[in-house]
Amino acid sequence: MPASRKVYMISGAVTKFAKAHPDMDFRLMVKRAFDYAMKDVPKLKASDIESTRISYFSDHFTRQLKAASMVQDYLGMNPKDSRRIEWGGATGGQAVQAGWETVASGRNEVCLVAGFETMSHVETWKGNEFIALASDTNFDYPVGGFYTGYYALMVQRHIYEYLRKTKFADIKDERRAQRAATEEAKRIMAMVSVKNHVNALNNPYSQYPESLTMKGALGGEMVAYPLNRPMICTMSDGAAVAILASEEVAYKYTDHPVLIKGVGCGTDTMRLADRPHANVPLFEWETAQYYSKLKYPGVHSFRAGRTAALEAYKNAGIRDPKEELDFVELHDAYASSEIQTYEDIGLCRYGEGYDFVDQGHPFLEGVDYGLNLAHRGTLPVNPSGGLIACGHPVGATGIMQGVFAFWQLQSTIGKHFGNDKLQIKDANRGLIHSHAGTGSSVTVTIMERA
Amino acid sequence: MAAPRKFSKFRDVMKEVNNKGAALYKNPVGTEDLVILSPYKINYIHSYAEDSPFFLGLAQGKLLGSECTSCHYRYATPRSHCMECGHETKWFTLPKEGKVHSWTTCYFGGEEFLKETPFNLALIEFEGVDTLLLTRLKGAAEKDVYIGMKAKAVFRKSPRYLISDVHFVPAK
Repeated sequence: MPASRKVYMISGAVTKFAKAHPDMDFRLMVKRAFDYAMKDVPKLKASDIESTRISYFSDHFTRQLKAASMVQDYLGMNPKDSRRIEWGGATGGQAVQAGWETVASGRNEVCLVAGFETMSHVETWKGNEFIALASDTNFDYPVGGFYTGYYALMVQRHIYEYLRKTKFADIKDERRAQRAATEEAKRIMAMVSVKNHVNALNNPYSQYPESLTMKGALGGEMVAYPLNRPMICTMSDGAAVAILASEEVAYKYTDHPVLIKGVGCGTDTMRLADRPHANVPLFEWETAQYYSKLKYPGVHSFRAGRTAALEAYKNAGIRDPKEELDFVELHDAYASSEIQTYEDIGLCRYGEGYDFVDQGHPFLEGVDYGLNLAHRGTLPVNPSGGLIACGHPVGATGIMQGVFAFWQLQSTIGKHFGNDKLQIKDANRGLIHSHAGTGSSVTVTIMERA
Repeated sequence: MAAPRKFSKFRDVMKEVNNKGAALYKNPVGTEDLVILSPYKINYIHSYAEDSPFFLGLAQGKLLGSECTSCHYRYATPRSHCMECGHETKWFTLPKEGKVHSWTTCYFGGEEFLKETPFNLALIEFEGVDTLLLTRLKGAAEKDVYIGMKAKAVFRKSPRYLISDVHFVPAK
């Protein structure tokens, strides 16, 4: 990494995500999270905070322009440096990196990162319309703009590339082969839904904790084939904050800061239709030969995610994430994109995502999923329950991941959740991943026990 | 306006607000929240600008792609400058027939399209063209569609100057 100062997270907080919070507007939600975070570091005074980075995704949902300035105002942060961060679904992840930047650069010693979304102000299908406006409004939206539809298009091709052409290569009839491959993918995506909903049973901040079974996950109402309701995150109201500090001051405020070890960011075309069909940018441990027949990223994989991971690993000095990470909190807006993301960030090679789940690697030890898992707990993914079970108040989501990772690395899950079932023992290094658009914008941040 | 009525289920609050303009929510956290209807409607004066020829082409039953004048990258969804090398593109006419590159059937959608569900979305690939086109695939049920299936363009008789002026149907 180019010379920059070390940046630490010193505190964080999340409001309980909910379908609606009619008793709190966005300012009060952020204030509640802010107060909790301040209470966790009593030595830090509000006057020590030199700047803020405030994130929310959609002015359509708030119907209030400059809502970030209203948060700044309500928190009593005027007249300090501030800006609003917006980056679609990755708004929260980008806000964390914006806070990192201002501290790393030496401009500030302490920066407050705060994010929120209030999606309950419109009905669900209107909300889906707003989200679809984050697709090209000339060429994509009017066709039937619907994000779940876009993700279904992507996973269908993923299934074709990685299951139809491999495990189901023997079936001659093309339509039958594809159906069989999709059924297999559905089974594995249902396992992801089960994992995330069941993990959330022990996370008091989650919106949809559920003792979900495979039968329940597979039997959910179809939304866009092959994605059904239990495989999709929902809309939420919520807020989250993270307080970042330089090495010079971090230990003044807490004995257990967490180092932000590396940041990475990547992008891709807004329109799915424009994605290139070229070569895979490789991790050190991959070979071009292995992917010689693969056209990349096409619509099946996220080049933005791969690019963000490559940068973050380089900055954090990580060679093999499977070996060097203890957990991952990633942007599972869909069970499908959780699997696609394993491959983008190198938890396995492209094409191995389904097996990675089927063998149990991303599941937690000590949690009963009602599943027979051979290699459970190798690398837990979304121990918090992820977006699928925690909810997805966009501007808060990426910060929420940072807060859960922070608590994991401090070993304070028990203190903040009221139980330590989700605490990963001796967690030393974690990855958070925030994802926007149809994969147009991704951030990856590596956090480490200090 | 009459005094707002009180409800303990937020779903009922939403219904009342839509019908009467206001309601009180007896919130389990102990508050009474006043909720009102706040309508919002805008007509944008939207120019297709550099994409205009594409939409005029649809009205004439033509699918226009764009080809880079320098590196000859060919786009099925047009753009006036090449994303590979930055040079200007020129228009060319796409074939009317292509193949399904990926597809789905949507049983829900954004509010504007909810009444049209279920519908198929498909990305179409064309021989010799580097990028795809997103479209509706009509005349085929979920059980019939597959990747690689041939499909051909059908144009709306009286154009609305939207991308939906074209859709695809299965081809022999």
